Amino acid sequence: MSSVAHLPQDPLPIGPRPAPRALGGHLTAWLRANLFASIPSGIMTLLLLFVLGKASIALWQWGIANAVWIVSGSDSSACRALRGVGACWAVVPEKYRFILFGTYPFDEQWRPALAVVIFIALFAVSSRRSFWRKELFLLWAAALIAIGCLMWGGFLGLTFVTQDRWGGLPVTLILATFGLAFGFPLGILVALGRRSKLPAIRSLCVLYVELIRGVPLISLLFMASVMFPLFMPDGVNIDKLLRAQIAFILYAGAYLAEVVRGGLQAVPRGQYEAADALGLSYWEKNALIVLPQAIRHVIPPLVNTFIAFFKDTSLVLIIGIFDLLTTAKTAIVDPAWQSFSVEVYVFVGVIYFVFCFAMSRYSRGLEAQRGTN
Amino acid sequence: MVAIAVAIVAWLWSNAVHNLSVRRISTGFAFLGREAGMPIADSWIDYSPKNTYLRAFIVGIVNTLRVAVIGIVLATVIGTLVGIARLSSNWLLARLAAVYVEVLRDLPLLLQLLFWYVLMQGLPAARQAWKPVEGVFLSNRGLILPSVPLDAANWWTILALVAGLVVLHLVRRRLIAQQMLDGKARPAWPYALGLVIALPALVSWLLGASWSITLPELRGFNFVGGLTLAPEYFALLIALVTYTSAFIAEIVRSGIQAVPRGQSDAAKALGLKRSFVLQQIVLPQALRVIIPPMTSQYLNLTKNSSLAVAVGYQDIVSIANTTLNQTGQAIESIALIMMVFLTISLGISLFMNWYNARIALVER
Repeated sequence: MSSVAHLPQDPLPIGPRPAPRALGGHLTAWLRANLFASIPSGIMTLLLLFVLGKASIALWQWGIANAVWIVSGSDSSACRALRGVGACWAVVPEKYRFILFGTYPFDEQWRPALAVVIFIALFAVSSRRSFWRKELFLLWAAALIAIGCLMWGGFLGLTFVTQDRWGGLPVTLILATFGLAFGFPLGILVALGRRSKLPAIRSLCVLYVELIRGVPLISLLFMASVMFPLFMPDGVNIDKLLRAQIAFILYAGAYLAEVVRGGLQAVPRGQYEAADALGLSYWEKNALIVLPQAIRHVIPPLVNTFIAFFKDTSLVLIIGIFDLLTTAKTAIVDPAWQSFSVEVYVFVGVIYFVFCFAMSRYSRGLEAQRGTN
Repeated sequence: MVAIAVAIVAWLWSNAVHNLSVRRISTGFAFLGREAGMPIADSWIDYSPKNTYLRAFIVGIVNTLRVAVIGIVLATVIGTLVGIARLSSNWLLARLAAVYVEVLRDLPLLLQLLFWYVLMQGLPAARQAWKPVEGVFLSNRGLILPSVPLDAANWWTILALVAGLVVLHLVRRRLIAQQMLDGKARPAWPYALGLVIALPALVSWLLGASWSITLPELRGFNFVGGLTLAPEYFALLIALVTYTSAFIAEIVRSGIQAVPRGQSDAAKALGLKRSFVLQQIVLPQALRVIIPPMTSQYLNLTKNSSLAVAVGYQDIVSIANTTLNQTGQAIESIALIMMVFLTISLGISLFMNWYNARIALVER
């Protein structure tokens, strides 16, 4: 007893031992641990370095050393002389206005450019957790209306531009954003409908989701472009872009419904029961208690669905709507620049990549945040 | 609510009937019996433009399945390799695999497909074909590979090989069941030798099958002999395989990471061999995590094969689209596309669900 009393009350913890001293310098230690840990690993490293070196040299020579960056007066002869030896990046400054904005009137192209800026600002604002409030819905509505006004015009001295002249990046962003803005509420309703107690509603929702998810998007787009007009009364002629937009909304709704349903399943039963006990109605219960929790659970898969959806908008190429990929493909129909499609595809590839990469980084960041919470 | 839905459908239907009668398009599938008059360049079954639309549709289904099945196999192999490479202790290999996945996942598949197709078209003409190995030619006519002409005897040998594999599988299950009883390991390799090597060899020898390889040759402006993968098919296959393999790599990686480290550490501590640890401890547990998302990737690849229409490979969607333009039978053509894909999707789902149920953890 007394011996215990002599011990210090709060013994100091023993500090961590210093890390074992690496053999050689810092760099050699790292190389040894990560690249030459064993003989097979070392052979693999050397092999990869060899292949990587060869590929880099070839790419450097084609893409930078021998490339043509600029030509005067849209004359592609300098490029054609170097065909197969060097890249012709001159095609990008030559065609970028058409690739980005399609056949939108040339002098008015600041309007789609501004629309793109609004889109990007909208995405940036929506990605901040501190902005996840009710006001965000109003902001979305305001931004989408502003974009519509900018693109159509027809007031305040802005000339009216019909949808068939829209093209390029704004069309891609419009298809994706409006598809999500309307597809997301639809998806939520369908997800709730799949868990409904009414068999008619439940089976209707199951049928819708499984039918849309079971067929390729192209067949839906074909349906929108050739079958839809057959179902309309005489004289009603809905614009092609709008028809494709409806197809996209239906498509997004089905996929998002499945993601939201996953989130609904993760909400504990007690939450539903507690809401019922408080006497909330069905809609109050879902809007105030269940959905906020359910959606918070599935934000990373939701962002992944957004990425897939953004990429899928490029499929409108097949039904002849001028999105970013279609304008790129059309830009190189010009005989003078016909043989430089690779350069143009690299250019639009970079644009798509920037958007998708930003979203996938964001999704990963959210997942990491959730992991630490 | 149901009444509203019924009313909307009835209204749409009456509009459709009216529009079809104005455009003089008769509904129904009678057009399938008419002469198609549509050329199909790349077909595995006999077809000429004089055949019926039905025949053309069957060619399209075969073409879709041809790209989907081979694509699924290749994407699984490459995706698994890349997924394992991402977990490699070799820093360079892991980084390269990560770049592969990130770049391919973040570009639209259609863009990648057009890119590969343009590269194919930019290849030298048949006369200056690029020849990496003897008998393999890469030119703007596509990829030409050496082939083995298959006669009846060859097919019987292949059948014997498949039968041998099935029997071997049953024998292995039996051996493992016996091992469960008395704990004694029984080697399976003598059976493997007999069933997979000796049996087909015997059949081949008895029937006198010839396994001579035909090398393609350049005659005039084109190749004779060998197996030709048309540029459209080849571009579609590369695009589908690389794109899907990036997703599969992530699935495989997360599946392997989902197996707790303690499992393989414990197995090693028991003195089990490395290959045994991977085969019997880690993989069975990883597969349970991997199979469900893998199923949806297989379904995606199959559905994405419909992008063929963008490069002019005549799959079911492309043929239905041509039919639609020639006959105006929009509803029927699109219904056929949907039916085909729903059937394929259902088939893959059923198979994968069966497989998943088989490997799922049996909980008491």
